[in-house]
Amino acid sequence: MRAVRIAIPPALHSYSGGRSAVEVMLPADARLAEAIAAVEARFPGLRFRIIDEQDRIRPHIKLFVGIDAAPGLDTALGGEREVHIICALSGG
Amino acid sequence: MPAGLIVEIGTDPGCPRTKPTSLVCHTPPAWACEPGVSGRFLVRVPVMPTPTGPASRPALLIGTRKGAFILTADADRQHWTLGAPHFLGHVIHHVVQDPRDPAVILVAAKTGHLGPTVFRSTDAGASWTEAATPPAFAKAGEGEKGRSVDAVFWLTPGHASRPGHWYAGTSPHGMFESDDGGVTWRGVAGYNVGVLTDPALNKYVDTPGSPVGPITHSIRVDPRDARHLYVGMSSGGIFESRDAGAVWKPLNRGVAADYLPEPDPIAGHDPHCVVLAPSDPDRLWQQNHCGIYRLDRPGEVWERIGKAMPTDVGDIGFAIVAHPRDRDTAWVLPMDGSTVWPRTSPGGRPAVYRTSDAGASWTRQDNGLPRPAWLTSYRQGFCADAGDPVGLCFGTSSGELWASRDAGLTWRQLAAHLPAVVSVTAAVL
Repeated sequence: MRAVRIAIPPALHSYSGGRSAVEVMLPADARLAEAIAAVEARFPGLRFRIIDEQDRIRPHIKLFVGIDAAPGLDTALGGEREVHIICALSGG
Repeated sequence: MPAGLIVEIGTDPGCPRTKPTSLVCHTPPAWACEPGVSGRFLVRVPVMPTPTGPASRPALLIGTRKGAFILTADADRQHWTLGAPHFLGHVIHHVVQDPRDPAVILVAAKTGHLGPTVFRSTDAGASWTEAATPPAFAKAGEGEKGRSVDAVFWLTPGHASRPGHWYAGTSPHGMFESDDGGVTWRGVAGYNVGVLTDPALNKYVDTPGSPVGPITHSIRVDPRDARHLYVGMSSGGIFESRDAGAVWKPLNRGVAADYLPEPDPIAGHDPHCVVLAPSDPDRLWQQNHCGIYRLDRPGEVWERIGKAMPTDVGDIGFAIVAHPRDRDTAWVLPMDGSTVWPRTSPGGRPAVYRTSDAGASWTRQDNGLPRPAWLTSYRQGFCADAGDPVGLCFGTSSGELWASRDAGLTWRQLAAHLPAVVSVTAAVL
């Protein structure tokens, strides 16, 4: 097990109790899905705001493992110890 | 029996839905048919609750592209107070009070880029909680392309006999229901699977629809029969179910679909708004992409009553509002449907049109409305209250609220400079 820091954008702070990051313990071979599941366990309802019911990342959300954008929840965390949830704010 | 308005609905002994075999009582406000004098039968109108004490005030629940607002008024509906925004920044498509429990308000939302949800208040809007399980389609099987809810667009309180039961319509097309007052939602399989994946219907209903995508709206529950439902699909048409949503059948005969090559399709129409006359649920009013219609059940063929509208105004629009007590009276708010569809007040002269004879004729009502003005009002953006005379209110995409407290004879502006108004519903808080 190792600690992974999940960065949470301001738009989701209503779910995280105002916290901008949370640290979760994950197996060494964990994938992004497990990281998000760990966040959901701490902050119920947050997952559905960034992942739809088909397990697709919502259109204006990006998930970064380290500094690389993850194409989907099956992305392996590898040796990275940070996951960033990026929420676009676009449109008028 | 609960308090409420009683209206005679006829003497037809052959219509079992208007001839109850037993008295039906629910907690107020509620529907109930009951034997009347001289063989007539009565129906109790599900009007929003009337003020019962000094704390009860007429109210308007406003959904906008940037949040929800609540306006409250004095008993005369003369002086209105605009409250602070709720959910500022979220797209709020519908804000609806529960007539069975007036302290409950549900909000249909798209939370910016964060997906769809429903918010719920049990204290008349003082505080809110989000649905624990928002409307969402079932997870698709391996290799299948599953559907995802983009926005919760429409909310309908369930039948009076089912407290806490609600329906929701979504974009893309989807129908969901809740048995616990909106805390958890599940799909209506007969619609989400039965209609949306039916090969005979799919080509009609799985289309782009409105600018915000295909939308399921106008979910209507027959107040005499909890299992009897109607729904509008933009586009897709009107469908009816008599078994609580297990099986749906198209109900579009007589309705134009000028944009389709097929001359008389079974579906694919674009009902913008469908309502049941509160005083006669067998009377349906429809504002369609292609005109204004009325249908009297058990009839199956809609009549285009918009043909009686002035030709220079036309019969295009989004909303239609039924009188709470008079089955023959309804209002529309015409939009310019010419050429490239400006969808603004025809000729820059905003007006409401009222029929008092079931659509045989229409009367222009524009006293107090601005001119020139090119207003746009959406399908949930026009409502009536249960007052006497009837109060009316419509919102505009330019953030204005216009209201009448004399059934449309005179109008005044209630609010301006709001975000684009999407929905307006009447309430008593």
